[in-house]
Amino acid sequence: MKKNKNWFMLIAIMLCVLLIGACSGEEGSEANGEKAQVIKVRINDDPDFLDPHLATASISFQMILNMFEGLFAPETDGSLTPAVAESYELSEDGLTYTFNIRDNVKFHDGNALTVEDITYTFNRLMGAENGEPLSSDFNNVASTEAPDADTFVIKLKEPNSNFLYSLTALQSAIIPASNDGNQNDNPIGTGPFKFVKYTPGANLELAKNEEYWDEKLPYLDKVTFVFQSDDQSALMALKAKEVDLTGVPANRLAEVENDFTISKQNNNSSLIVTFNHEKEPFNDLRVRQAINYAVNKNDIIDAVFSGYATPTGSNMSPAMGDYYKDGLQDVYARNIEKAKELLAEAGYPDGFSTKISVSSHNDMYSNIAQVVVENLREIGINVEIEVVEWGIWLERIYFGRDYDMTAIDLTGRPSAYEVLNDYISTNDSENFFKFKNAEFDQTMADVLKEADRDKQIEMYQRAQEILTEESASVYIADYQVLWASGKGIEGLKSYPFWFHDMSEVRFTE
Amino acid sequence: MKTLMSHAKNINLVLGLLILLSFLVLMILSFFYTPYDINVMNVANKLKGPSSEHWFGTDEFGRDIFSRIMKGTQTAFFVGTLTVTIGVIFGTLIGGMAGYIGGWVDEVFMRIMDALMAFPGIILALMLVAVFGPGIVNTSIALGIIAIPSIARIARSGFIQHKEFEYVLSAKLIGVKPFKIMFRHILPNVSSPLIVAASVSFGVAMLAEAALSYLGLGVQPPNPSWGRMLKDSQAYLTSSPWYTYAPGISITFMVLGFYMLSNAIRDIMDPRSN
Repeated sequence: MKKNKNWFMLIAIMLCVLLIGACSGEEGSEANGEKAQVIKVRINDDPDFLDPHLATASISFQMILNMFEGLFAPETDGSLTPAVAESYELSEDGLTYTFNIRDNVKFHDGNALTVEDITYTFNRLMGAENGEPLSSDFNNVASTEAPDADTFVIKLKEPNSNFLYSLTALQSAIIPASNDGNQNDNPIGTGPFKFVKYTPGANLELAKNEEYWDEKLPYLDKVTFVFQSDDQSALMALKAKEVDLTGVPANRLAEVENDFTISKQNNNSSLIVTFNHEKEPFNDLRVRQAINYAVNKNDIIDAVFSGYATPTGSNMSPAMGDYYKDGLQDVYARNIEKAKELLAEAGYPDGFSTKISVSSHNDMYSNIAQVVVENLREIGINVEIEVVEWGIWLERIYFGRDYDMTAIDLTGRPSAYEVLNDYISTNDSENFFKFKNAEFDQTMADVLKEADRDKQIEMYQRAQEILTEESASVYIADYQVLWASGKGIEGLKSYPFWFHDMSEVRFTE
Repeated sequence: MKTLMSHAKNINLVLGLLILLSFLVLMILSFFYTPYDINVMNVANKLKGPSSEHWFGTDEFGRDIFSRIMKGTQTAFFVGTLTVTIGVIFGTLIGGMAGYIGGWVDEVFMRIMDALMAFPGIILALMLVAVFGPGIVNTSIALGIIAIPSIARIARSGFIQHKEFEYVLSAKLIGVKPFKIMFRHILPNVSSPLIVAASVSFGVAMLAEAALSYLGLGVQPPNPSWGRMLKDSQAYLTSSPWYTYAPGISITFMVLGFYMLSNAIRDIMDPRSN
């Protein structure tokens, strides 16, 4: 008798569970016959900061750029378009920028944007009040001025052809003075979406900014960024319609190809295998060239990215358009004999032993290392793989520069200058290769003084050539980022940097 | 020999030994010969299904999976042996002293063991590996430390039981040193449950190594480990399922073999079974 009762209980509980499940399943899927303009986007990880001036991780900007705008906004082709500033004028000497501020811009809290807010923003970034700059991008700024309610003036110490690129939300998002000290907990900007709620480890919710200055935009009522680091779970969530958009690793593309819309995006990153130029034997150009001749880019692209990558020959991706120097990807076509010769000339006829240290946060790096080890074994170089945790990689390799070889991808930027400036010998914070070349330094210094775009392009291309000639790194590829989205989603834009722009996204079904 | 033959009907013993012996043969063979070089890549030939050239197919770099499975037995046996050695030596020493001496020694030792046991094994291993760095030796040491408490408990109960027996009493009376009593006289008498515990922890260690390598903390690339292969194959689960089968089946059989063997040993050693 007692046993029967247990069974009855079990069945009753299961029925309840089924009933609850059935109820919750119906909720939300039908809203007045029309698809609700609500999107859920999977992101690998939490943002580091919500305050756009404090955030450094590219993963943060992927999300928060939807909330903020700078004086200018980066376009999908890497050019700039006016945002908070409607137009600008540059003085003859290239030092004074005069911006005409757009009239009908409102912050998410309902207050109109004023030049005081812009002044506040730049003062905060430059540390004008407390002497602690939040950003080094504005060290070249001599002064800022707000002569009237619609005009903002920035005066530079030296001409800088790249200066406008530091006026996007990536580097100088305009934030209201009234929200001082509160920006990280309750971010306020002028972008197409406003902050609703951030639940650490779970999601970031944004809602439509009804008072956005571009009245047509945005289409979506709500955007939720869901944090999920595991690809397997993310794909399952996509199939269960728990998320509408997610990145897909190339090797899993086959699982979602048929049922979802796939978009491919050139990432504009530089995937490199690089060396510590100050350590023997990597201080010898011939050794670096030998390694370049030995590494098989196509094997890496095939094995690690299932073919979804564009081979590169210098530190720039074809995604950069006019600035990109084509043809460099073929300079070091695989040639084992040549590599052995160069190695012998350099005094290592029998090769040598070294270590490649890679981060564990993405298998990509250790997989690349495995191919490199095999390739270099063919020319007698014996490489040991050391896998370290991401934090240790940053501390010891990126900042500490205590390494022989490593593999990493350098994140893309909208500006050609910022893509290449890692290699400037005086850029101590980013030049972790310890690359040093006088001509390169000079070219990069000259380009800032050059106003003519065609000449700038010429100089940027020369800079890329130098990196190839000097074999500064082994340039492997720009790997594509693949997105899978539910059918009926339109308006996804791909940028030459990490940004999930939701402003023009909409559901059509 | 006669005693062994009399257990020929013990299905656990026969099957368990058969499985383990075949892995042992595979391991010894892998020192001298594998069908292909385990690290040589042939990307053009990647993710091919099982064939007469590649019995278990090829991985994402076009390496032969069967050769890597063979080499992986070395890793599995190495980790298992080192782990069990550490676990048994320290476990017996600590448990034996706690049980034989008793009193505060017992209290202190066993409370430490309790504290160790309170941690979930894999978390403790993760912590130790995080501190001392990944790698096959560190992994084995971490797993060995985790194996200590359970063996110590078994040893302790055996020693407590036996220290009251007449043979111990008489040894004491003729003035045998305590250490000699413990390890010359008591240990052989309490060894059978320890042997069972050791063979169980051998299987557990292999599984844990697979788990740690699966998390990227155990054996480092390009050295093959079954756990790491399982992890790598996960990315190709839907497109190339056979890649997963080989390491998955190897781990399953190896652990199964050890469990069957330990079951058999327990049956044979159990005086009530006769």
